[in-house]
Amino acid sequence: MDPLSWTGQIAFLNPIIALALGLLVASVLAWVVVSAVLPENRAINDIGGTMTLASGPRDIAALAVRLTTLGTTVLALAYLVLGLALGTDAGILGAMAQQFWPVWTALVLLFTLSIAFKRRLGLYGKLFDSPIGMIGFALVMFWVFTGFFGAIDLIITHDPLSQLSGLKNKVPGTPLRSPEDGDFLWYLLGGDNLARDVFSRMVKGAWEVVKIAPLATIFAFMVGITLGLPAGYFGGRLDTFLSFLANLILAFPVILLFYLLVTPEIVATGLPQYMAAVLFAFPLIFFGVLINSRYRTQPSKNYLWLAIVLLPLLVAYFSLINEDGSKINFIPQAFDLFDIPGGILVVFVSVVFVNSPTVFRIVRGLTMDIKTRDYVAAAQTRGERPWYIMLWEVLPNARGPLIVDFCLRIGYTTILLGTLGFFGLGLPPESPDWGSTINEGRKLLSIYLHPALPPAMALLSLVLGLNLLADGLREESLKD
Amino acid sequence: MGLFILRRTGVMILTALCLTFIVFFLTNLYPNLEKLAKTQGNFRMTDEAVTSWLNSNGYGQPTAVKYGQWLGVLPGWTLTTDDGETGRCITGVVSADEAADAARFCGILQGEWGFSTRFKDDVASIVWERLGNTGYLMFWVLMLMVPSALIIGVLAGMREGSVTDRSLSTVSILTTATPEYVSGVIFIAVFTSSTVGLKWFKGTATSAMDNPTFENFFLPVLTIALYGMGYIARMTRASMTEVMTAQYIRTARLKGVSFHNIVLKHALRNALIAPFTVIMLQFPWLLNGVVIVETLFNYKGFGWILVEAAGNNDIELLLAISVVSVFVVLVTQLISDIGYVYLNPRIRIS
Repeated sequence: MDPLSWTGQIAFLNPIIALALGLLVASVLAWVVVSAVLPENRAINDIGGTMTLASGPRDIAALAVRLTTLGTTVLALAYLVLGLALGTDAGILGAMAQQFWPVWTALVLLFTLSIAFKRRLGLYGKLFDSPIGMIGFALVMFWVFTGFFGAIDLIITHDPLSQLSGLKNKVPGTPLRSPEDGDFLWYLLGGDNLARDVFSRMVKGAWEVVKIAPLATIFAFMVGITLGLPAGYFGGRLDTFLSFLANLILAFPVILLFYLLVTPEIVATGLPQYMAAVLFAFPLIFFGVLINSRYRTQPSKNYLWLAIVLLPLLVAYFSLINEDGSKINFIPQAFDLFDIPGGILVVFVSVVFVNSPTVFRIVRGLTMDIKTRDYVAAAQTRGERPWYIMLWEVLPNARGPLIVDFCLRIGYTTILLGTLGFFGLGLPPESPDWGSTINEGRKLLSIYLHPALPPAMALLSLVLGLNLLADGLREESLKD
Repeated sequence: MGLFILRRTGVMILTALCLTFIVFFLTNLYPNLEKLAKTQGNFRMTDEAVTSWLNSNGYGQPTAVKYGQWLGVLPGWTLTTDDGETGRCITGVVSADEAADAARFCGILQGEWGFSTRFKDDVASIVWERLGNTGYLMFWVLMLMVPSALIIGVLAGMREGSVTDRSLSTVSILTTATPEYVSGVIFIAVFTSSTVGLKWFKGTATSAMDNPTFENFFLPVLTIALYGMGYIARMTRASMTEVMTAQYIRTARLKGVSFHNIVLKHALRNALIAPFTVIMLQFPWLLNGVVIVETLFNYKGFGWILVEAAGNNDIELLLAISVVSVFVVLVTQLISDIGYVYLNPRIRIS
């Protein structure tokens, strides 16, 4: 077999896209310079009392940017479509485009449906009015779908753990030496220093992030909200104490904390499990109080809802913290529904632990601001209980900043997970997560670029997507 | 003001005590001590050998007592063996008379930071030397990061929604989305590797410890500075846009003051109050960046000893490191609070 080149049969597009990119950069620069140097457009009074802006060099520059952006996008789409059609004939890019087909399908479906129904979808629908938000959402969903489909072995070309002989540190597009039937014939993004497929490891790494980061962020929010609301609402001693604790955790250098919590010796003492038992109890408290404060006066409804929500959560909670052969092991096997592998639980706990103080501070600040509003005073006059006011009056009105921060915080959690992997903490050494892959790849970086760059780019694009998404959401939620 | 600083100092000391106790507790858990005994002695020690090693080196006492000794509020342990006396404040094994002359207390209150089991050296001298390296790095990071972040933020914020604003905001979002280990890897790949062939810089900063040059020192500085820059720039932008919509700016514009003068003379000073706080609060994050970048570029500074000490459970070195980092974090918080009050006349006068 021949090695694959980057673009194969569609190489004729390369000079064109290089030209388009050059023009795009030039026009953007011209646009920035023109708009910084020239004065703003004059307003012209039309007959009939309307006002328009005079057109000038600014508009020409803006038009140029729009045209070149359009051209570059069309060309990029051409690569994608031709790649999807031609597959490996279109080189590495084509093969990758084809491997990602489930992701493209899912993205197209999601965007068509969302844009079609965007007026009925609230804040989520409004996201599709902002180009920045749409780009961010597309990037995020690309990696989310990649994670899901990668987890069910759809996108990957090889097993991310198997090592094939003769492919150690080989460049992208190297063919397999002795392929068996049904094997994919190339290493699309080359092999790493243990002769594993870089492309498949990158795809599998997406799943490591997608399964931990959002969930850890949700837990951090539960902890932060459950403690931040009373601290901000009641103030006083409680506030002083909780703020002191939060500042204490925040004063720790994150990496020192990770080193102290995630080492195998500490795991052996069961400390992370005890921390998990405390931290994971917060969702139970949160939902319990949430329902109880709402239906306190209607006991039958109250008990029904409490049972519906809390029973499954309790089972999940005990299955989560209980693990056979560790310090917390008091539930009979039959009730222990699932086990979290030790490493993942520790990583999860430490990420939640590091994130929750910041959430606490945000929620506390928002609560202190919102509790001075008239509707809170009205609720107090009605004789509502404090927890009802906190959870059903204050919290819904703090949702805007919290949703934005949620997106940013998933990005930050992704960075933290990468940091853990980068220092080789927590996750098993052969784990395909991006941080560990970057760490392995950096050792030979001055000779072989290809093992470290794909996971680095993947992490960068996911975090960038989350940041753009948060920006879009902020813009749209401020428009109300 | 005096009372405020006094109270903050009190909180600071309390925080430092709690933090060091947590570190002390975690590093003194039995499995960690066992690991320490095995790395110091040999890896095939039996359980009894581990216990006797721990007892003869003072690790066998209760954690609270050991913590008191480390602080210097409890007398250091001594142990009489057949060869003579040994103890916390005694180096090696000495006779009973010499042991009687040794200091009874030797903790950080007496200026004794202890002995590093990883580097076989005095903790104070190690930390001091490495802090010098990192201080040099941080100085250049701040020199690069702060001015560029402020310029980007002010340029973006002075005309909200303009082209400059959009493009600069995109740049700052991009830098906040790039953690150090990603940007560092990309920079090394592009600027130092033989594959790309640019070879403008060196991929390691090891030689920068003795002889820092632009070639071997710029990439680590840039890597740390970029990640922090975006956040400061965004905060500066937010503060600048807020100032630019204030009444007195509108008055100035209506009076016919030129835009140039409005920005430089009227808006800038007020817009820089908030970024000051943000820059000060960035220090804890910079500390993280330092650990990553020093590992990535093999620059042996404070971050590097943190990784080494944590990896080898070097208790006293780790404690010294946490004291230093807590000190840095809390002092910068204090400076940011005081500076905020000082810079903002509305708070200062009332």
